[in-house]
Amino acid sequence: MDTRTAEELHVPQQTSWLEFVKAHFRDYGMLLSLLAIMMFFQVMTNGTLLRPLNLTNLVLQNSYIVIMALGMLLVIVAGHIDLSVGSIVGFVGGLAAMMMVRWGFDPVTTTIACLVVGGLIGAAQGYWVAYFKVPSFIVTLAGMLVFKGLTLALLGGMSVGPFPVVFQRLSSGFIPDVLGGEGFNYTALFLGTASVAALIYFSVRSRASQIKHNVETAPLGLFALKNALLAVLVIAFCYQMATYRGLPNVLVIMAILIALYAFVTNRTTIGRRIYALGGNEKAAKLSGIKTERLTFLTFVNMGVLAGLAGLIFAARLNTATPKAGLGFELDVIAAVFIGGASATGGVGKVTGAVIGAFVMGVMNNGMSILGIGIDYQQVIKGLVLLAAVSLDVYNRKK
Amino acid sequence: MNAILEMRGITKTFPGVKALDNVNITVKAGEIHALVGENGAGKSTLMKVLSGVYPYGSYSGQIIYEGQERRFKGIADSEELGIIIIHQELALVPLLSIAENIFLGNEQAKYGIIDWSAVFARTKELLKMVGLDESPDTLVTNIGVGKQQLVEIAKALSKKVRLLILDEPTASLNEKDSDALLNLLLRFKAQGISSILISHKLNEISKVADAITVLRDGSTVETLDCRTEEVSEDRIIRGMVGRTMADRYPKRESRIGETIFQVENWSAYHPLHANVQVVRNVNLHIRRGEIVGIAGLMGAGRTEFAMSLFGRSYGQNISGRVRLHGREIDVSTVGKAVGNGIAYATEDRKTYGLVLEEDIRKNITLANLQGVAKNLVIDDIRELAVANDYRAKMRIRSFNVFQEAVNLSGGNQQKVVLSKWLFSNPEILILDEPTRGIDVGAKYEIYTIINGLADAGKGVLMISSEMPELLGMCDRIYVMNEGALVAEFHAAEASQEKIMHAIVKSGRR
Repeated sequence: MDTRTAEELHVPQQTSWLEFVKAHFRDYGMLLSLLAIMMFFQVMTNGTLLRPLNLTNLVLQNSYIVIMALGMLLVIVAGHIDLSVGSIVGFVGGLAAMMMVRWGFDPVTTTIACLVVGGLIGAAQGYWVAYFKVPSFIVTLAGMLVFKGLTLALLGGMSVGPFPVVFQRLSSGFIPDVLGGEGFNYTALFLGTASVAALIYFSVRSRASQIKHNVETAPLGLFALKNALLAVLVIAFCYQMATYRGLPNVLVIMAILIALYAFVTNRTTIGRRIYALGGNEKAAKLSGIKTERLTFLTFVNMGVLAGLAGLIFAARLNTATPKAGLGFELDVIAAVFIGGASATGGVGKVTGAVIGAFVMGVMNNGMSILGIGIDYQQVIKGLVLLAAVSLDVYNRKK
Repeated sequence: MNAILEMRGITKTFPGVKALDNVNITVKAGEIHALVGENGAGKSTLMKVLSGVYPYGSYSGQIIYEGQERRFKGIADSEELGIIIIHQELALVPLLSIAENIFLGNEQAKYGIIDWSAVFARTKELLKMVGLDESPDTLVTNIGVGKQQLVEIAKALSKKVRLLILDEPTASLNEKDSDALLNLLLRFKAQGISSILISHKLNEISKVADAITVLRDGSTVETLDCRTEEVSEDRIIRGMVGRTMADRYPKRESRIGETIFQVENWSAYHPLHANVQVVRNVNLHIRRGEIVGIAGLMGAGRTEFAMSLFGRSYGQNISGRVRLHGREIDVSTVGKAVGNGIAYATEDRKTYGLVLEEDIRKNITLANLQGVAKNLVIDDIRELAVANDYRAKMRIRSFNVFQEAVNLSGGNQQKVVLSKWLFSNPEILILDEPTRGIDVGAKYEIYTIINGLADAGKGVLMISSEMPELLGMCDRIYVMNEGALVAEFHAAEASQEKIMHAIVKSGRR
């Protein structure tokens, strides 16, 4: 006879909307706060925030922060921090400028070389952190100074530019409209719709399999609402973009990277191991995980992404300056923590980090439109960071 | 002679476990009172009740100290009355000086400004009393453990101690330091300071104790008076272990096959002190379907042996061979050890065994992610099926497999750890204190699981400080002391007395 109780056996839970939202408040709370902030600025700026031109700017301005936030998320989840990313942005941007403008390399070679250099910088720092056990705070603080200095030395203290047009497109180019609309970019709308279709396909499929295997799922109504909301948002966004110049190249790069990192963190063994490493390094090690190598790799990855961000930022300004990247590390780290990552490691999500980056971005943009000075912008951003993280700590304690 | 301390009917329960059950102890003024018992008998818990670590109200019973009932709310209350406890793990700050450590929290200061000359003068006085010839400004980290113990005692003396409690003070001391410490206790006794001495070293106890209280399974067994009669070590051991072993262990028909696992000449040195040998030339073997125990006292080097074997997770300068099915295998990293069919479930599951913030499912698959993945991509459904399967098989009591490990009881956490290692499909399982901190009912379930492993033809190496558990479960028992295997018994011939004797005898060398 089976003496197991219903609780021991696997009985799927009937959940009401309210209970489910409560239980997953942290997942939804972030997104809702971003929407609330956007609404606030939309009203305060009399609709300027979501105008096609400004929307495009918002994406361009934040792309490098978002891209670095992906790498920083992994570093922070692994239980470390990287303070050097701003300096790497400056250094790699400077290197790209020197290679193309002074040394005559073509943009493709330059791009590849710069990504490799970014990776090597990450490897150099990761080596000390992972194998020498020097605290990452110190290693990357050193890296921050070193590369800030090297940027100055490399550029001889001057701005170097402009870049070949092909390279500028990395940041200021748009996906060409192959569907040939006039004044309206059908390709943008098509790509938006297609990605919505793909998103819905995958979430329906995963829900079906969850139901089949008796996993707790969101109530159907909520599931539908969530997907519908997402679809409306994405399509509305793409529509707005379509009325301007279409989808920026960098948006596509960013979207692909976000999808890739979301997949890596949620579904792959390497992602799982990074969470275990950050959650309990000793237990991870005793479970056969090569914790040193994994730590090393998260820094290499951060370096490559910082290099990419450096390229995008330089392409956007169309010049490399010794001051490029100054203070970026703070925005990136803030984005990851606003997105719900834990300072002690083991906790954090890609979606959270991306939303966190956009919270920062929308506030920057909105406050600039409102004419709030850079002085008070920083004060407000600092307070928002503190508020977001305290709320998170409070929620976790409950 | 008057009693300085009387503890009456002390009962203390933790969720699911009765740690102390109606314990009585009376310490007379100016005596050295030894408290003995096996690991887990409740000695430390009793002392924590006495010192106020567990405040009044969290236990039942009475504490009468110097003629009055006392209700301590915290350590500060008991210290004020001169009850000072020195814990097994020393509570010194390594990078502060001896003087700073002695007066930590009790600084000789006026308006928050420390009077260093007063501190140094007082420290010199105290160090003289305990016979420690070191300068007060020497850093604690630069003196040996024996001297650190003396610093702890000097610290106690600085607080006008009247009842000194020492928890295993000589556990990590060599013979010379131990003798010095025991002589110090005798000197204190002459000055009228009473002490309670918790120790496993029975020879030391017979040397200095005036009375001995024996605890077993959380209750007082007896109090022996050493002043009226000579108390032999045998007599103490009988008191410590004399319990019946009725049906606490599930029955098993051993079906033992050929030797599958051998360790030859295994040695390891302390990770920080390269000249301290922690594991000495260990040779052992395990046969198919056999449960082999390693008995020993805490600090005997059993965990260190197991961890050095499992991917060199402990120590340095490790040497020796490991054979599986007669073939030498590489166990130099955890990954290789696991890949070669060895699993090690740690004694400290919260620090070394589980990722507490993650759910049951993720913990179970952690050591064998490849088993639920296709080319690096985790198959969620297969992982879920594996987790649900173990949850049912091991009877992990939880809401579902998405419950975080931190919210499970000790027994269920241990089942998650065992599930993790079973899923890595080992041939040899090393289980280090598999039932520590687990209540009786859950222990039985863990025993049943372990028996099931042996029946499935695996080899089990079980480390435990609870001797009855080893006697009840194992086919064969090795005894370890000071890093070396000092005896081997077959289940039929083993007894707690024999094991204790083997330990005590080897310790005297």
